[in-house]
Amino acid sequence: MTGSLAAAHAAAAPVTTTLPAVGVQRAAWLLVAFPLAGAAILLLGGRRTNRWGHVVGVAMPLAAFGFAVVAFIAMLSYPANQRSRVLTLFTWIHVARFNVPVGLQLDQLSICFVLLTTGVGSLIHIFAVGYMSHDPERRRFFGYMNLFVASMLLLVLADNYLVLYVGWEGVGLASYLLIGFWQYKPAAAVAAKKAFVANRVGDAGLSVAIMLMFAVFGSVTFAGVFGQAGKASQGVVTALGLLLLLGACGKSAQLPLQSWLLDAMEGPTPVSALIHAATMVTAGVYLIVRSGPIFDLSPNARLLVTIVGAATLLFGALISCAKDDIKKALAGSTMSQIGYMMLAAGLGPAGYPFAIALLLAHGFFKAGLFLGAGSVKHEMNDEVDMRRLGGLRKVMPITYVTFFICYLAIIGIPPFSGFFAKDTIIDVAFGKGGTSGAILGTAALIGAGLTAFYMTRVMYMTFAGERRWDPDAHPHEVPPIMTSPMILLAIGAVGWGGFEILGDRLAHFLGPVTGYVPPEPAIFSASGIAALVLAIAGVALGWAMYGRRPVPVVAPAARFPVTAARRDLYGDTFNESVLMRPGQWLTRLSVYFDNRGVDGLVNTLAATVGGTSGRLRRVQNGFVRSYALSMFIGAVLLVGAFLLVRI
Amino acid sequence: MTPSHFVALAVVLFVIGAVGVLVRRNAMVIFMCVELMLNAVNLAFVAFARQHGNLDGQVIAFFVMVVAAAEVVVGLAILMAIFRARRSASVDEANLLKY
Repeated sequence: MTGSLAAAHAAAAPVTTTLPAVGVQRAAWLLVAFPLAGAAILLLGGRRTNRWGHVVGVAMPLAAFGFAVVAFIAMLSYPANQRSRVLTLFTWIHVARFNVPVGLQLDQLSICFVLLTTGVGSLIHIFAVGYMSHDPERRRFFGYMNLFVASMLLLVLADNYLVLYVGWEGVGLASYLLIGFWQYKPAAAVAAKKAFVANRVGDAGLSVAIMLMFAVFGSVTFAGVFGQAGKASQGVVTALGLLLLLGACGKSAQLPLQSWLLDAMEGPTPVSALIHAATMVTAGVYLIVRSGPIFDLSPNARLLVTIVGAATLLFGALISCAKDDIKKALAGSTMSQIGYMMLAAGLGPAGYPFAIALLLAHGFFKAGLFLGAGSVKHEMNDEVDMRRLGGLRKVMPITYVTFFICYLAIIGIPPFSGFFAKDTIIDVAFGKGGTSGAILGTAALIGAGLTAFYMTRVMYMTFAGERRWDPDAHPHEVPPIMTSPMILLAIGAVGWGGFEILGDRLAHFLGPVTGYVPPEPAIFSASGIAALVLAIAGVALGWAMYGRRPVPVVAPAARFPVTAARRDLYGDTFNESVLMRPGQWLTRLSVYFDNRGVDGLVNTLAATVGGTSGRLRRVQNGFVRSYALSMFIGAVLLVGAFLLVRI
Repeated sequence: MTPSHFVALAVVLFVIGAVGVLVRRNAMVIFMCVELMLNAVNLAFVAFARQHGNLDGQVIAFFVMVVAAAEVVVGLAILMAIFRARRSASVDEANLLKY
């Protein structure tokens, strides 16, 4: 272990040199090609592929996962500082100084995301075969899902920002299509539009950042930008950092662009799992970690990342505490967990490996939770209000057990994965030192307590207590095609966190990319124990409020903090009053100005000319003699005028 | 007979022609009145040319005659056409070309 540690440190100072891909990695383009081909077959093939479409839809991500494993094994055979490999496919744009090759970069960071996206993504695809079995549009659904996976893979594999942006936009498009998959429901159509618009705001930030990179560095490749970042002025680097953060906030649903995530629950549940665990919201964290060399140069931008992360982790957790919709409670939880990752990513190289560690662990347990929620929804006639659920433990034992394991993982009970992944982040936050470190660490601690409370609430309201079901509901355990992905994810939720954190495995693996291997975090440090105590307190409070006494079917009236959380802490209200209403006033004002001002002037002029000529044309009355008279009068006037002038 | 007598006669003839153009309806009579006006002007030209011993006025009188002849040719042709169509030579009835 010390040998690899030394190697990692030696390679740490500059970003590792990238080598051309060799061997099996030369076929890395297959990773993107498989799901893209799946999407093309299913979406272009049309109804002909209805019968076997879902088979292709599952096979393609699985094939990509298989290849990712092969590429990963090939990567492990190289020495630590030679694992970053670039595969240049073709030149996309070559104009004068502007040269954009389409290249894929396989390194330790991207392979983590590739394995997560294809692995967890494939499990979600398998689950969706059962979940969407009654939907007549299942084939189209799988087409979009494959497109989603392909876009995400392109995003994490790109070796320059412009190709990354292509994947970034592809993810945005696929999420729009999937959130609005049941577009005949107005709520789904609105939610899709909302997600698209909120993402556009973030995308604008990323696109301006790319333009700025080209203007300053003359390059958009990772190597080109990071190599010259040190020469740029502090202002440029900070601006780049803030713009990238804006992009990350849009995709990862961080404050202030968080509002789309809760509404995105209108999509089918596998989509929610895919967005929250394997793709989409992790893209923002990826962007921050990948752009580490830029953030390392700008402490201000980095501080803002931590502030955004800490604020969002509390914000999301508070929303989750009051939501009665099981999917929305989980969505708020995702927002909160991504907040932890952003917080860690903002702490610099010391935090990068732990951000990725929580991201991977979160991929398992959050996908497990969402698939569990999907099973419940599937069996309860699409009922998602937890006040109408309850007592499902006996009826759906496998769903219950997997959900319970993921629950233990997310609230951070040892030895489940959330304990290792989250507590190290709290440790690193306190380790930052100073006032900011104390504030960030405290926020993360409070978040841990809140997480335990709201997840306990979800558990009790869904699986325990009396049955508050709709009389028509007859739930049974879901078929094996849906339970098996949940079981696999639950296994991951048990072991993965310990595997990646203990012995600093992930940090060593990522070291050459993140540029620094932090010392092995102490398990059961003071902050870790504090987090555990808070988590147990949260569980106890959850039991006291929802386990010990019956849950009312109608949500009881509540006072300020609860009503605020039920309304997403006024996120939509804020957007409406600060952005939407003034925007509408502005458009109304400009419409008024256009109608009355610009058009008014032009129309008045035209009306004047028209009216005058209408009166003047009466002179042309058709009587020759009146024309003659006017000619005479004119001639007399002319002669008179001449005479007058001469005299 | 001084030139001023000729000019006075020209004025009288011109006014008669002008009033005729304005008050008469028959296109034929209007033509004749126009001729009267033209010839009044010719008379004035010639009278002044004689007074100043300068041939320019006389030359212009010839030009006016030529123009008048051409005008009569075209005008009478139009008059014929109108008369055939409407069985009338009244200029007040030929009023289709208007606003």
